[in-house]
Amino acid sequence: MSATLETPKTPTPSAGHQKPRRDTSDRAVAENRLGLKLVAPAVVIMVIVTAYPMLRALYLSLFRYRLTAPDDKEFIGLSNYLTVLGDPLFWRDTLNTVLIMVITVSVELVIGFAFAMVMHRVIFAPGAIRTAILIPYGIITVVSAFSWQFTFSTTNGWVNSWFNWVPGIDPDLNWFGGHWTAMFAIMVSEIWKTTPFMSLLLLAGLSQVSEDMIEAAKVDGATWTQRLTKVILPNMRAAIMVAVLFRALDAFRIFDNIFVMTRGAQNTESSSFLTYRQVIEQLQLGVGSALSVLLFLTVLLLAYLITKLFRVDLAQARGEG
Amino acid sequence: MATTDTKTKVGTGVGFVAILVWCLLPIAWIVSLSFKTVDETNAGSAQFLPKDASLDNYKALLGLTDDPVSDAAASDFGQALLNSLVVSLVATVLSVLFATLAAYAIARLEFRGKRLVLSLALAIAMFPVVSLVGPLFDMWRTFGLFNTWPGLIIPYMTFTLPLAIWTLSAFFREIPWEMEQAAQVDGATSWQAFRKVIVPLAAPGVFTAAILTFFFAWNEFVLAISLTSTQKARTVPAQMSYFVGPDPFNPPYGQLATASVIVTVPIIVIVLLFQRKIVAGLTSGAVKG
Repeated sequence: MSATLETPKTPTPSAGHQKPRRDTSDRAVAENRLGLKLVAPAVVIMVIVTAYPMLRALYLSLFRYRLTAPDDKEFIGLSNYLTVLGDPLFWRDTLNTVLIMVITVSVELVIGFAFAMVMHRVIFAPGAIRTAILIPYGIITVVSAFSWQFTFSTTNGWVNSWFNWVPGIDPDLNWFGGHWTAMFAIMVSEIWKTTPFMSLLLLAGLSQVSEDMIEAAKVDGATWTQRLTKVILPNMRAAIMVAVLFRALDAFRIFDNIFVMTRGAQNTESSSFLTYRQVIEQLQLGVGSALSVLLFLTVLLLAYLITKLFRVDLAQARGEG
Repeated sequence: MATTDTKTKVGTGVGFVAILVWCLLPIAWIVSLSFKTVDETNAGSAQFLPKDASLDNYKALLGLTDDPVSDAAASDFGQALLNSLVVSLVATVLSVLFATLAAYAIARLEFRGKRLVLSLALAIAMFPVVSLVGPLFDMWRTFGLFNTWPGLIIPYMTFTLPLAIWTLSAFFREIPWEMEQAAQVDGATSWQAFRKVIVPLAAPGVFTAAILTFFFAWNEFVLAISLTSTQKARTVPAQMSYFVGPDPFNPPYGQLATASVIVTVPIIVIVLLFQRKIVAGLTSGAVKG
């Protein structure tokens, strides 16, 4: 992942960025040392809480280790991984997570782009719309999950009464009583909460597309669809890529909404939830650590696939912009 | 041409209303729920607005009743609010402090490993937090950090630093640093130049990073339920997720909605005051980088 993403810095010449002088090697050495000193505290805090525990998870995953029976700790090689990979529960939860990720990110791309278009054109009350769009972004995910859980509640919700004209929805529909309806409610809450972030990133990309180019396409007789697919979207590729990458990896970690809305009932468990349950509720540190490592590897793989899929590396995109 | 312009205008207007409804409807819903009485929600009330609005839920949650059960819930909620505030504020201050140092170095100095630091930050921003929960749980119990404020503050710093570093380094790169020398040429001391020129230029960026960091810490849930076990250190999201009331088949809709409203008010105030800055901060790190 880092191989393609590691060069995000492109100083804008117009901003008066000062190229560091390299006139004397003494000065360069001192600057190097100061730089390292200044980043050291941040790096230390980032590493001790991630790298060390991750290595420890890697180590623990090779043991049979349950906190309730610490004396039974025994080296068992890759058995935990085989246990996990041979368990249909693991695959079901992975499938759920991928499904949630693909559906929510796709829907958010469409809605987020529509929102970005509106915000780009709105000339009145930009403050009001910015405030409104930031509220779902800033609200606590647990709170949003409660709000949506109550929205879909059979006794106290408004969905069943407002949407009873939709085939399949009647006043007694128990959304959390079936797999697909529960998944739907979870995805709605996820989409509501995170579309604003998506739309703000897309808006930033949209405002970098030159109006002249769009105007020129218009003069040349391009239709609205052509302008969108041939001019606007290709020029926003970097922004779309960043938005999809961040959101997809975020959606893959989905946990809060599921914890609040279903606690994993009706087979709505996600990979994160499974790992949490093994480690914290069942204190299975061995199997749980194997799950942690697999989750980490999956996220790395996803990041790699998404950057490859879009064939854009951030550095290049920023160099052009 | 006029017709397409009108069409665009109408479309934008419709979109404007759609965005407002989309964003605010669930908020209006929890506000409305928070005014519904226990009797109304227990009987089942499918209508959006309360039948007769009452402040009972707010009184109960703020401990203004004589009922011992709701008083206990109120004191738990108060403790959770305190935990959330302390943990989020301390994590924000420390994280932004360290991120400012790091971002200054990244924006202004040439040193080996600069790219590595930025990549590390990016990698941690995408890290699956849950995969750390097991080892951290184990380590924190050994170090006596389990179920304490510092036990949450430390990992919160870790996971907010990337966001803060990216936002701040993007921001610092835009600062006309040569103004510092210009002030010194004009006779200001280094301290004066720093305080009168650089601090006012850098402050908005630092402030924006602090808001984004605070939002993250205020919202965090996975670590909050995994690294705490009692009311002593549980933050608001964790406390709310465990607050099911006496009857598991009848969640305390009104009380949960009231708690939701109370913890959302600070977010709305911050958003109202600083929306422009937040938007700039959110997008600068990701797009302009």
